[in-house]
Amino acid sequence: MIPNSFDYKKATSVDEAISLLGDDVQILGGGHSLIPTLKLRLNAPGTLVDISKIESLKVIRDNENSITIGGGATHASIAADAALSEHAPMMTQAAKEIGDIQVRNFGTIGGSMAHADPAADWPAVLLACDANVVIQGKGGKREVDIDQFFKGFYETALADGEIITAVRIPKMASNRHSVYVKFKQPASRFAIVGCAVGIEMEGGVVKSARIGMTGVGESAYRAMNVEKALVGQALTAESIEAAVKNVTEGAEVMSDHYASQKYRTHLAHVYVKRALKMLM
Amino acid sequence: MTKYIGKSVKRVEDKRFITGQGKYTDDIKMPGMVYAYILRSPYAHATVNSINIDAAKSAEGVVAIYTGADIPEAIAGVPCGWQVNFKNGDIMKEPPHPLLVRKKVRHVGDGVAIIIADTRANAKDASELVDVDYDLHDAVTDPKAAAQPGAPLVHADAPNNIAFDWQLGNPKEEVAAALASAAHVTELDFVNQRMIPNAMEPRSAIGHYDTAYDKYTLYTSTQNPHLTRLLMCAFVLGLPEHKVRVVGPDVGGGFGSKIFHYIEEALVVWCSKQIELPIKWTCDRSEAFLTDAHGRDHVTNAKMGFDADGKIVALQANTFANMGAYLSTFAPAVPTYLHGTLLQGLYTTPKINVDVTATFTHTNAVDAYRGAGRPEATFLLERLIDLAALEMEMDPTELRFKNFIPAFDGVEQEGYVTQVALQYDSGNYAPVLTRALEMVGYEAFREEQKNQKGDKLLGIGFSTYVEACGIAPSAVVGALGARAGLFESAQVRVQPTGKVSVYTGSHSHGQGHETTFAQVVADRMGIPLEDVEIIHGDSDSVAFGMGTYGSRSLAVGGSAIVKSIDKVLEKGAKIAAHLLEASTDDLDYAEGKWTVKGTDKSVGFGDVSLTAYVPHNYPEGLEPGLDFSSFYDPANFTYPFGAHVAIVEIDKETGFTKLKRFIAVDDVGNVINPMIVDGQIHGGLAQGIGQAMLEGAIYDETGQLINGSYMDYCMPRADDFPSFEVDRTVTPCPHNPLGVKGAGEAGCIGSTPAVVNAVIDALWKGGHKVKDVKMPMTPERVWTAMQG
Amino acid sequence: MANKISVTVNGKQYTGEVESRTLLSDYLREDLSLTGTHIGCDTSSCGACTIHIDGKAVKSCTMLAVQADGCEVTTVEGLATNGNLHPMQESFKEEHGLQCGFCTPGMMMTATDFLKTNPNPSEQEIREALEGNFCRCTGYHNIVRSIQLAAKKMSEAV
Repeated sequence: MIPNSFDYKKATSVDEAISLLGDDVQILGGGHSLIPTLKLRLNAPGTLVDISKIESLKVIRDNENSITIGGGATHASIAADAALSEHAPMMTQAAKEIGDIQVRNFGTIGGSMAHADPAADWPAVLLACDANVVIQGKGGKREVDIDQFFKGFYETALADGEIITAVRIPKMASNRHSVYVKFKQPASRFAIVGCAVGIEMEGGVVKSARIGMTGVGESAYRAMNVEKALVGQALTAESIEAAVKNVTEGAEVMSDHYASQKYRTHLAHVYVKRALKMLM
Repeated sequence: MTKYIGKSVKRVEDKRFITGQGKYTDDIKMPGMVYAYILRSPYAHATVNSINIDAAKSAEGVVAIYTGADIPEAIAGVPCGWQVNFKNGDIMKEPPHPLLVRKKVRHVGDGVAIIIADTRANAKDASELVDVDYDLHDAVTDPKAAAQPGAPLVHADAPNNIAFDWQLGNPKEEVAAALASAAHVTELDFVNQRMIPNAMEPRSAIGHYDTAYDKYTLYTSTQNPHLTRLLMCAFVLGLPEHKVRVVGPDVGGGFGSKIFHYIEEALVVWCSKQIELPIKWTCDRSEAFLTDAHGRDHVTNAKMGFDADGKIVALQANTFANMGAYLSTFAPAVPTYLHGTLLQGLYTTPKINVDVTATFTHTNAVDAYRGAGRPEATFLLERLIDLAALEMEMDPTELRFKNFIPAFDGVEQEGYVTQVALQYDSGNYAPVLTRALEMVGYEAFREEQKNQKGDKLLGIGFSTYVEACGIAPSAVVGALGARAGLFESAQVRVQPTGKVSVYTGSHSHGQGHETTFAQVVADRMGIPLEDVEIIHGDSDSVAFGMGTYGSRSLAVGGSAIVKSIDKVLEKGAKIAAHLLEASTDDLDYAEGKWTVKGTDKSVGFGDVSLTAYVPHNYPEGLEPGLDFSSFYDPANFTYPFGAHVAIVEIDKETGFTKLKRFIAVDDVGNVINPMIVDGQIHGGLAQGIGQAMLEGAIYDETGQLINGSYMDYCMPRADDFPSFEVDRTVTPCPHNPLGVKGAGEAGCIGSTPAVVNAVIDALWKGGHKVKDVKMPMTPERVWTAMQG
Repeated sequence: MANKISVTVNGKQYTGEVESRTLLSDYLREDLSLTGTHIGCDTSSCGACTIHIDGKAVKSCTMLAVQADGCEVTTVEGLATNGNLHPMQESFKEEHGLQCGFCTPGMMMTATDFLKTNPNPSEQEIREALEGNFCRCTGYHNIVRSIQLAAKKMSEAV
């Protein structure tokens, strides 16, 4: 398995990386999404710009109200980060679920997000965390609400010439609870259904909820009708049952030899229910 | 007394592997080596109108490109090594399997051109410049559908795609009559799905034509170098065998898939003669998925009849077996002589008929995969008997005990003659199941199951099996269609200093022969293990060999070694007698020395060895040297047996099935190295359980393999299994000198139906009376079974 | 495109030129003749090619050689020190954790990294840690035992 030929440029800063981007150029982060596609020759860029050595992209910074995770932070470094574990435990939990030891050591959150595999873990979790994506391009920096980031099948809001420099995760207040649950495709161990739930409780009832789903549709999405149905309800087996009537609404539910549309739809409901019950 | 036999001696081969110094084919580099890439058909069924190689030929680094048209007509293709005749006596359909296709591609992955360049990258790049014009045709992939009128034809001269039909056992009418009068008949339609072997080392071959010696060398990831040499020389390339050396260096697992002679082996050898350079070809995993011979793929209907007391009265089995697009080396033997002959199982069934139709399809060739036919036979019997127990509301273990063939040791009691052409050597079936039940804690489990509540379903499944291995008596298999003998050779060469080199025709690719064989030699000769070296895998050093498959290495290859040891010791005794001025009759041999009975006069093995090579004071008329070759042709197959038990837990909401426990009690005859035997069992279990729960090739209707990568084909992982609980009983083989039966396939043969039966048991106990869940039993399939 | 790289492999420095597209696994095997690192798949699944980069396990088939520039690489050939087998190597031999030996280097490299972060793992944790390493021979049973033994040896040695 040998990729097509390409040129390689190593960037030492984000600015340098951006200056190197252009037609037929792709960004090489951890490489764990990109390199397999190169080896199978499904993808043949003329030039790769390697951003994996840019130290500033690897930093996980503990701010007052949020935690900023550099786009080049590896899944393993996210899993090991103490601030995340305290203030955004779902991030820690999900980071441990991704791939395997080797993949977690070198795969990065920015790379995974830019690749936007419809069965990847991060998209669901970031949706539920209400994250913001920090993007930098030739025109400067911009922040994109996570709700606007995942656009479709392997499609994101990232424009040509832009790099995900960071993801900002709001710190969870003590009244917020979250969990990520996943039903794995047995071979790839990607999600057939991944469900991330973040809820905010007030006075014994749900004040707000964010539910991110991955693996189900062509792109990760929020199960908004479930979120809405939960608001104002105490979390009980009955209220959960009533709220999860239509988890896949609006999603084009995928089908493959491990999970037909019918079964995947069923699993989506089961997993949302399970996630919510874990927060009861 | 034995010093080594029966002990878990640590493996002598391990050191090179744990230090990264194993030498697999792809690790070998030669001066001037060039690299081959094989361009393969992306279509399952198409006519090749033209192949344009002009642009590719002038690409960077390209040395040569060959297509089917460049290969001489005389080289028809790789042969099939086993002939099965139609019921009417006609010879099976055996269309050529060309090295590169000439006109038609018949499966995705069929070779179209070989591109040879200075680097792998350049060969691959150039392959993208080869322009092939195809006319596409409809394809057929299912073995039963292929035999229906109007199905797309794979070969023009095989009507209805039938390679052969075949039957064995009692007359069909007798079986039908017995079934008609049975108190209960259990009938089951099932698919024993296609498996992809997935040895971790992808296949690799190096062809090297040496102009100086006019000699060819093939390094290849093979389980049997000599057989590959014989087939390639005599039936493919027409080369003089003495001018061809085939080496199987370290090989990273085989599981059957590296028995066969593959087109790539012959191609690199032929091409190396054309360009007079060594050529290496190593396949990618994607290519391995498409071209390593697959396994299983049976579509079966079977009926088992019982009398009112639960005694089996008859069995009818009808199977369509998928051969793929071409007949691979041993393919015809798998659904017939390795499957039909095993349908007696370990039961006293008085009437058995098996009917097999083997068909061609537009898929990759199917051949022996760990167990080869015997897992299919065991699956058939054991699914039926567990299902029958559920239907008749009997305990599945009681039903088995009731039907077991009574114990026979093959010495005092005759071997058991089956209805399907075999005579079992020795067997004592009840104790393996009894032991397994003890290990399970059967009654307690049934209690737990009865009291289960909540969101899980518990199930237990059984499988008791007998298999035929130690393959095989040449005359028997010859009568059954084998085009080769299945003996084994061994040479025991005592060096002047008393060190011993043993050359065996068995090939080790994970089985640990370098240790187990050395244990046998060291004990039999009374010398330290360190003084024994086992040499295998090179046709230039080993006289001959039939290779490793069918759990035959120790039973056949080991027995050949024993024969040579006997000859060495017999001659050694003559030399010793001379040195001791005694008669050979007066000598005892023990612990490496000959002693005159009743005295302390003795001479050591080392002194005798030296004397054999420095024969100054030497018996008159005796040849110098201490070096003997033997060929051992077994008197019968060997028949290991066992009982496997699976306990599963099903998540009612999702169908996800967890294997909670797996218990295996196997009887593989005498055991030389318990550690290695346990390891063989563990590995076999993982493959058998993998078939039940995780694995299976999926071709779509156009003949595309849609799960041809590890992202889609589920390889079993460590966290898919619990720790295995294994034990054994020992019923020696009565007809070979070591009393061994073979352990390589047992785990894989027994385990699959136990797991499926456990799931079916769980479903029935949960109120879902389904007869079958298709393998692999994915969560969706199990969930679907619970929706009815 | 050729790139100049300098890497330290098993304590020895190598400087040379590599094509951009050369995978680290191919560089180790072809350029440095360190053939203990094996290639078993093309989807970054099987883990036979696992090595350490700056002490962390990585699948060397999923990294470009040029990316290893300036890194410390350890392959299976570098696991033993001064002729003494690493406890992981000893344990694989003692517990019969290998049969054909093809997956073994990658298994051991993953396991040694794993034990750094979890020196006293449960059986289940070991099984989960091997998610990225396939073995077709052993059914993993004795690989798990080997890693348990290595963990014991390594914690006793500390």
